[in-house]
Amino acid sequence: MTVISKKDVEHVALLARLALTDEEKETFTGQLAQILEHAGKIQALDTTAVPPTSHVASLTNVLRPDEIRPCLTSEEALSNAPKQEDGGFAVPKIV
Amino acid sequence: MAYEIVIGLEIHVELNTRSKMFCGCPVTFGEVPNTAVCPVCLGHPGVLPVVNAQAVEAAALIGLSLNCAIAPNNEFARKNYFYPDMPKDYQISQFDLPIAIGGYLDVGDRGQTRRIGITRVHMEEDTGKLIHKGATGRIHGADRSVVDFNRAGVPLMEIVSEPDMRTATEARAFLVKLRSILLALGVSNCNMEEGSLRCDANVSLREFGDTELGVKTEVKNMNSFKALQRALEYEVERQTSLLTHGERVIQETRHWDDAGGATTSMRSKEEAHDYRYFPDPDLVAIVMDPAEVERLRAGLPELPDARAERLGREFGLSDDDAKILALNKPLGDFLEETVAGGAAAGKAANWLLHELAAELNRTDTEIEDAAFTPRHLIDLLQLIDAGTISGKMAKEIFKTSFATGRLPAAIVKETGNVQITDTDALGKIVDEVLAANPQAIEDLKNGQERAIGFLVGQIMRLTQGKASPDAVNKLIRAKLR
Repeated sequence: MTVISKKDVEHVALLARLALTDEEKETFTGQLAQILEHAGKIQALDTTAVPPTSHVASLTNVLRPDEIRPCLTSEEALSNAPKQEDGGFAVPKIV
Repeated sequence: MAYEIVIGLEIHVELNTRSKMFCGCPVTFGEVPNTAVCPVCLGHPGVLPVVNAQAVEAAALIGLSLNCAIAPNNEFARKNYFYPDMPKDYQISQFDLPIAIGGYLDVGDRGQTRRIGITRVHMEEDTGKLIHKGATGRIHGADRSVVDFNRAGVPLMEIVSEPDMRTATEARAFLVKLRSILLALGVSNCNMEEGSLRCDANVSLREFGDTELGVKTEVKNMNSFKALQRALEYEVERQTSLLTHGERVIQETRHWDDAGGATTSMRSKEEAHDYRYFPDPDLVAIVMDPAEVERLRAGLPELPDARAERLGREFGLSDDDAKILALNKPLGDFLEETVAGGAAAGKAANWLLHELAAELNRTDTEIEDAAFTPRHLIDLLQLIDAGTISGKMAKEIFKTSFATGRLPAAIVKETGNVQITDTDALGKIVDEVLAANPQAIEDLKNGQERAIGFLVGQIMRLTQGKASPDAVNKLIRAKLR
């Protein structure tokens, strides 16, 4: 049985940049525990004869030829940018 | 105390495909910011990436040339992190199922060859470019940054070596060899200054005989072969000093400052890297057909080791010369073109590796951009062979030809600066000099061979260097017989 702590939830929330209230942390700790419990059940099954599945679509090799297609103009590209400068997306200081 | 140096390299190389890894935007450099972008590489909602077939082929070629096994099944994964250079907040990369694994590269360091393991080659997409706005232009101290996504999504191959290198020189030799292979494959421009070839290094020390690795640092921002070597030498010295003073090496990323000649710690807010890789649901697996892999293997171009062997065998070059020419593709191509034009390989190689290399170096010119071409060298060598100019005169004419792009024969014709080989014309001068230097003649008759050099020198001086030293030598000996 997997046990998930409030600390784990805080760590995952930090990685996902989610600001959770204390109440939410409690809720999600419980919900995540339930999800992991369910995954635990699946893990108990014998899957030695089942090939690993990363995709449900039974497709492979969806490729395109190396050809150039039209791009956006810089005005179009920047049209949703909250801030722009010198033809680029201006972002707040990083560190 | 002496420590064993352990170095592993991680190389990123941008492919020179026409379009990006997952969309049809062109691969460009130095273009107006955000003009080679589309909803896919800008990470807009609802778009679907589609893999560039040419990039997969290039990745397989790189794997094969590095003696790797090509994975029959490889997949893309999302590497999740928040950083403004990635519009999607994840980078599409390969994780547990890369395209190529388990190869090697033989590297010669001071005459002996060592086999350096290649852990893996995988495909990913490059990130956007950040321009930091502030006093220093570096990320620390900047109050904001500006993002150009032209580079985001450019096909990027990551090549990871085993920690098998034992000196900074060896690491440099590895990178030189790897670059020469990539250039032979023609898959990348491999320009370190422009960043199409980038190298990070993991460096650690341990006591000789230890099997466990010591604590490593990751060194970044080395933009030339020389920078790689200097950064590694600095880092080895820094770690040695820490350990000998009883201190510990801290595992961290360090930034090489080429101007300052030192590495500094790059502390970021998020120290713990937890990328939460998972298979990208937008991209299905790539299944490599074994027959296709064999077709690619059979079609591999001649790689540097094979070329060095062939240049040595066909042209009778020394191992060292053949190796230099094979590692530097444009130089090797120059030689082959010169020889194909009728020049003697040994003489041509000599000019290439000495005079031409020195001039390229002095003027900071790439051989492809030089006005002096194989045709110029063929012309120059013909003038020497015909006795029209001496070796010494050839060096002067070469410099003019290199600087102006004019053919050596044209320069000779214009200046009239030809070697005097005419025995009658030279004979008079030789007589004059002999008459004026009885002591030298006496010395020569007494077996002092040095005296003939003096006499030849006098004649060269009188003819402003135009006399053929060979002809003068013969004349003096004939007259004194």
